[in-house]
Amino acid sequence: MEQAGESLLSKIARGDGHGENSPYFEGWKAYEHDPFHPVKNPNGVIQMGLAENQLSCDLVQQWITSNPEASICTAEGVHEFKDIANFQDYHGLPLFRQGVAKLMGRTRGNRVRFDPDRIVMSGGATGAHEVTAFCLADPGEAFLVPTPYYPGFDRDLRWRTGVQLLPVICESTNNFKLTKKALESALEKAKQDNITVKGLLITNPSNPLGTIMDRETLKMVVKFINHHHIHLVSDEIYAATVFTHPGFTSIAEIIEEEDTKMECDRNLIHIVYSLSKDMGFPGFRVGIIYSYNDNVVNCARKMSSFGLVSTQTQHLIAAMLSDDEFVEHFLAESARRLAKRYGIFCRGLAKVGIKCLQSNAGLFLWMDLRPLLKKQTFEEEMALWRVIIHKVKINVSPGSSFHCCEPGWFRNKDVAVASKKPCSPRNLMLSFSSMRIDDFLMSPHSPIPQSPLVKATT
Amino acid sequence: MRLLSTKATCNSHGQDSSYFLGWQEYEKNPYDEILNPKGIIQMGLAENQLSFDLLESWLAKNPDVSGFKRDGKSIFRELALFQDYHGLSSFKKVMVDFMAEIRGNKVTFDPDHMVLTAGSTSANETLMFCLAEQGDAFLLPTPYYPGFDRDLKWRTGVEIVPIHCSSANNFKITEAALQQAYHEAEKLNLNVKGILVTNPSNPLGTTLSLEELNLLVDFVNGHKNMHLISDEIYSGTVFNSPGFVSVMEVLNNRFSDRDQAIWDRVHVVYSLSKDLGLPGFRVGCIYSENDTVVAAATKMSSFGLVSSQTQYLLSVMLADKKFTRNYLVENQKRLKRRQKMLVSGLMRTGIKCLESNAGLFCWVDMRHLLKSNTFEAEMELWMRIVYDVKLNISPGSSCHCSEPGWFRVCFANMSEETLKLAMKRLKSFVVELSSSSDTDNGENKAHSKRNSLTKWVFRLSSRDHRHRDQEER
Repeated sequence: MEQAGESLLSKIARGDGHGENSPYFEGWKAYEHDPFHPVKNPNGVIQMGLAENQLSCDLVQQWITSNPEASICTAEGVHEFKDIANFQDYHGLPLFRQGVAKLMGRTRGNRVRFDPDRIVMSGGATGAHEVTAFCLADPGEAFLVPTPYYPGFDRDLRWRTGVQLLPVICESTNNFKLTKKALESALEKAKQDNITVKGLLITNPSNPLGTIMDRETLKMVVKFINHHHIHLVSDEIYAATVFTHPGFTSIAEIIEEEDTKMECDRNLIHIVYSLSKDMGFPGFRVGIIYSYNDNVVNCARKMSSFGLVSTQTQHLIAAMLSDDEFVEHFLAESARRLAKRYGIFCRGLAKVGIKCLQSNAGLFLWMDLRPLLKKQTFEEEMALWRVIIHKVKINVSPGSSFHCCEPGWFRNKDVAVASKKPCSPRNLMLSFSSMRIDDFLMSPHSPIPQSPLVKATT
Repeated sequence: MRLLSTKATCNSHGQDSSYFLGWQEYEKNPYDEILNPKGIIQMGLAENQLSFDLLESWLAKNPDVSGFKRDGKSIFRELALFQDYHGLSSFKKVMVDFMAEIRGNKVTFDPDHMVLTAGSTSANETLMFCLAEQGDAFLLPTPYYPGFDRDLKWRTGVEIVPIHCSSANNFKITEAALQQAYHEAEKLNLNVKGILVTNPSNPLGTTLSLEELNLLVDFVNGHKNMHLISDEIYSGTVFNSPGFVSVMEVLNNRFSDRDQAIWDRVHVVYSLSKDLGLPGFRVGCIYSENDTVVAAATKMSSFGLVSSQTQYLLSVMLADKKFTRNYLVENQKRLKRRQKMLVSGLMRTGIKCLESNAGLFCWVDMRHLLKSNTFEAEMELWMRIVYDVKLNISPGSSCHCSEPGWFRVCFANMSEETLKLAMKRLKSFVVELSSSSDTDNGENKAHSKRNSLTKWVFRLSSRDHRHRDQEER
């Protein structure tokens, strides 16, 4: 082991804890190197590996045009410029916190109320996760995470914090549902390995599965963490992307319910949220930590100094989220568009015999390409993935990058790419692209005659 | 098993410092010309509120940028989705131009070597994560910005070892002090990974001399794996001679061969919070010629990116060179005038300041008002100024000054009238102080208030003192 001082930079800077060597990011690089464009680069890589919600930007755009006072740069809003530009209090603008609390309540059908004073800002959900890890765990301690999970967690929760992530294995045999057995088994393994588990991190709705956790599972989870006295961090970043039944149940609802006699130490419950997926603003970096633990709120708030939300953005969002009519309309319309897009994709994939995990949320599909694997191994999964990226030119994300225990699953971020208009030249280009898939798929192993995988994006 | 992490339960966040507690007292009783004329005047917050009108008039002339429009076309979607941690290239381009302009174009910067961060708070912490780890230390000249205790140490585990500067030579950094700090770190079993300086200095308000810059560069160059971080967040606030010399200028002049190792070890931190008076927008950056640092810091910036909405606004604003040129000149003029007002106001009260040419504050010498040359006396004087005189100023001990009696007083975050009132209050206090036979008269007034604070104040001052003792041993 190197002695301290023997190198110019820190271990953190020299190592690859940033996680960018994962195939999840490699696909992005392939896309960036050769991005698809219907006219300029029809043979480029199509980005389907980035979970962005682009479907409802027009609604927000319209709102901004009709509400010039929400900007501190317009004639109608500039009188507030000085106060807003000068405001660096890490509590955040009160109206901003109130707006976010209201939105969070609304996306949970107003079945539960959120306290604006428990809302802590962070640099996106990325920042929120890191801060939460810093607050709850020491280097060497661990969080349990059900697989498959978002690859970014490897960086967000571990890189600079020194915290570990231990997988809780979920399997396709029961649609990747989280079971008590899997949780107990993961905890037991940690004990055997002498690792202190500080908490459980769940993403609900799930990335990459696109499914919600049902009430029974959530209650089981709450009982589990309470019994073992470990924290529960519920990443609810996709809460408003639920587009069909069963509806979304937040962990907040479970612990606030009086009739279930849920005895739970609220000091263990924390929610991570963001506007990046629900509202489609990843560029604005609005991350939120909502904790029922006062000490965590206080600590996280101090740490938020390292990633506050620009007050210009806070001001805009405060105004937007206080417009009840707009928010109602936006949430309903966004869900409707997601449902429609999901339908198109699922049907398209089904036509060529590609099954997806049945889902009702998120901005992606969890595709079952196991039938296309020559062998059920991760090497074959990677080989198939490379073909899809480099020959078929679509960036989808391989299940192994999500730590899936079974090879052959891929996340297809289908749903939220907004096409400008379904013009025929584009159709032609994409049909041409689909021929590339056919080239590959017309192999002795594949029963699939023709794939609209790419056509389905129009 | 502890419920929370060690970081969450310790107080390395530094908020127990008198620096922050003064703010809290201000928050409880803030001065307002009409609503609360007897309230506490905030002079502990280094904000630049003098030139907002210039920004507002620019906005009035540039309506496009407000509606997320470029050339009349909406770019809302593009901005809302833009989360690339490399940052908006049009924004980085104008940032490097702005930084170059501040340095009289004697230095140029490459946008590809710039990493955007959520304020310089995040920039400084990110650099620590990249350059050092637990068991390492950075040397900082005292007095220094109290926020560094949190930004550099809290979550990184890195230690700060002070380079003691003295009023005897106007707090300049000397080779002897540098060496002593280095040896002190060794005695504490800490590995010195670098030196961090703020230039222009907070809280001194002075620019580093060429001599000091050369000393620092030579020191770092002479030690293996040692870095130099220059926090130049106040570079645009230099209003008097001697002008500002950036460490990058020194490197340019002395090391023309970019392959020399020193180029990999000097890093600049910047922000728009002070120069443009936009602390709410969280716009900071790291500038480094070390590709590995840039790569690592860029990835780390994911934890605190600058809002694309803000990047866009500033990319347009700072591209207007006529505006930036005029802004820098006018802003400096106003700062100069304001500083003069404070200095002469204090002079009339028999209080001297360290001669300064930059920043948003003065380093004020109140040693002659102390009952004794101790930090306890400094705390006692500070409490009287907060509670009796109703001015929130920052005691030197919160800035780790090694001599009691110095205070940082800000001048750019209030109106002229408020500043004049503050001077008036201070004058009455000093007159009263010198005319009263003993200090009991003044003490009785705020006795009850002080009682409630006495415990933490003396615990605080003795903790600061003990900390210093430890180092001097």
